Amino acid sequence: MKDFSSLKKNLKKDFSSFKEIKVALLGDSATQLLSQAIRGTGYNENLNINIFEADFNQIERQIYDPTSELYDFNPQYIILFISSYKLLQSYNKSLTQISFAEEQLQRIKDLITTINNKLDAKIIIYNFNEIDDSVYGSYASKVESSFLFQIRKLNFNLSSYIIEIPNCYVCDLSSIQNQIGFNNLFSPSIYVNTEMVLSIESLPVIAFRTVAIVSSLIGKIKKCLILDLDNTLWGGVIGDDGIENIQLGSLGIGKAFTEFQYWIKKLKNRGIIIAVCSKNTESIAKEPFLKHPDMILKLDDVAVFIANWNNKVDNIRQIQRILNIGFDSMVFVDDNPFERNMVKEQIEDICIPDLPEDPANYLQYLSSLDLFETTNFSEEDAKRTTQYQTEFKRLSEKMNFSNEDDYLKSLNMLSDISEFNSFNSPRVSQLSQRSNQFNLRTIRYDEDNIIKISNNSDYATFAFTLEDKYGDNGLICVVILKKLDKDILFIDSWFMSCRVLKRGMENFVLNSLVTYAKENNYKTIIGEYLPTSKNGIVANHYNSLGFKETSTNKWTLSVDNYITKKCFINKK
Amino acid sequence: MERSDILIKLQDIFINILDNEGIELLENTTANDIEEWDSLTHIQLIVEIEKEFFIRFNSKEIRKWNNIGEMIDSILEKIKK
Repeated sequence: MKDFSSLKKNLKKDFSSFKEIKVALLGDSATQLLSQAIRGTGYNENLNINIFEADFNQIERQIYDPTSELYDFNPQYIILFISSYKLLQSYNKSLTQISFAEEQLQRIKDLITTINNKLDAKIIIYNFNEIDDSVYGSYASKVESSFLFQIRKLNFNLSSYIIEIPNCYVCDLSSIQNQIGFNNLFSPSIYVNTEMVLSIESLPVIAFRTVAIVSSLIGKIKKCLILDLDNTLWGGVIGDDGIENIQLGSLGIGKAFTEFQYWIKKLKNRGIIIAVCSKNTESIAKEPFLKHPDMILKLDDVAVFIANWNNKVDNIRQIQRILNIGFDSMVFVDDNPFERNMVKEQIEDICIPDLPEDPANYLQYLSSLDLFETTNFSEEDAKRTTQYQTEFKRLSEKMNFSNEDDYLKSLNMLSDISEFNSFNSPRVSQLSQRSNQFNLRTIRYDEDNIIKISNNSDYATFAFTLEDKYGDNGLICVVILKKLDKDILFIDSWFMSCRVLKRGMENFVLNSLVTYAKENNYKTIIGEYLPTSKNGIVANHYNSLGFKETSTNKWTLSVDNYITKKCFINKK
Repeated sequence: MERSDILIKLQDIFINILDNEGIELLENTTANDIEEWDSLTHIQLIVEIEKEFFIRFNSKEIRKWNNIGEMIDSILEKIKK
């Protein structure tokens, strides 16, 4: 972790090539240094975080006064920092300590509701690091009116409340304190002199965790974990030691590896793609997965398994091609510093943690990095590994067809088309945040936006699924049409998962859009391509679908002259 | 450690934290003499000095120094203990 003074030095650097993000920071303590740390951390993440910092202790004024600087500034993100120390002060004065948590939660609810009535911003709220005032000792857990009891209750109830508020996210200060300790988070001598409740040493980690939420919301997330095997997933070398002697379970320091594997399994169940990249003979490398009773990870958990004697750079490039995701969304874990450095030098964007030497520390170290920050989770996530595995089957079968059409026909593809609804909106917003390549305008919509659009009659919405004889890909493509006038539809968004490229989905989608246009008497469909560093694959999208370019990157299609495009996908 | 040694170390800390290569500290230098030295950077300086000399200032000391010389007095007093 960088220290505060290096973050502060970032402030003088050039942010001009980075994406600008407008953030308002509202706190009840002195937040100047936190604000500097957040902007400085943004530099490391290629973000130009432009912060409006309210004057000291102005949370209520800024939010309840409709003419406040907050609303003038019109931020995309609002960070709410109500500190435990200030809560303790008002608790000390409170005559109704037993209902303190409820009153504070109500205060937070009112603030959030007011913001949401006036602004279209995402809200990040710090939860509350526990302060033990030691008035009751451990017995505080049995005294409902104790501060410790109330602050814990407030944290729990805050989370329960936030579940229902799609644009609001908790930054887990309580968990940060668990990690670094109360005495490191809070410095009494600084506090009494300055009204700052965070120590300088704690600012980098808090800023990092805050910016991680922002990064995740704009689609910078890790999607794949690539693992070495020998001395990473188990102790010892399978090729030398043999299956009986590798350390797993109760053998040697096997417990460290077993627990590490449980963590990986939980990530996989959350939707992180697991890949293996090992210098080994494939059959030997797979043996523990098939036969070792203490292996937690099974072959089913691994989406791509590459074990050979080629160099790891080539193998990781191969994994990237198969999964079709950016290197910047991959994490590579290997115990061998030589391999790590070689990959680091050749593949710039991939994240490679410097694993500690002692395997006992792997898990604690990796979890401290907060690599897999996310801002949503949907049922589809859990199925992702299976989907990539079936993609392999498809690819291998494809080899047997000489003719592309015959192959596509043989897949028996079916697609369901729905408008946005409460069932599909989590996945629609997730796809909006995850899709970088097949994304024509790269406008990110969170769940809250999606719900608003679905209720707005100026828009027509389409969510497409795709299944075939090998399996169900789930919801993989989204189009949002804006009704510009009675004749013209504008394609506000068109994004698709790269898992289903080259299946004729684009044709199926356009056929469906034109059908909708005809049924509702629209004459023209306008499309626009907004280039980013990642969406080059769709630069030619509208051209190849028969749109005419009217000005740079603006494309028009006449509905009446449209000839239905060939495709082998049937409507479900 | 002599006063002059402490002064040199302090100068390095000030240059680093205030990000200004031009700073030259004297015993009678005050916050008014250095543009970047304000109440916020003061806290950063304190934390850095504490780390450098393995000492802790109490909250009164943080407020009382009028110039670098008095800061050095406090540091000397603590590292002698």
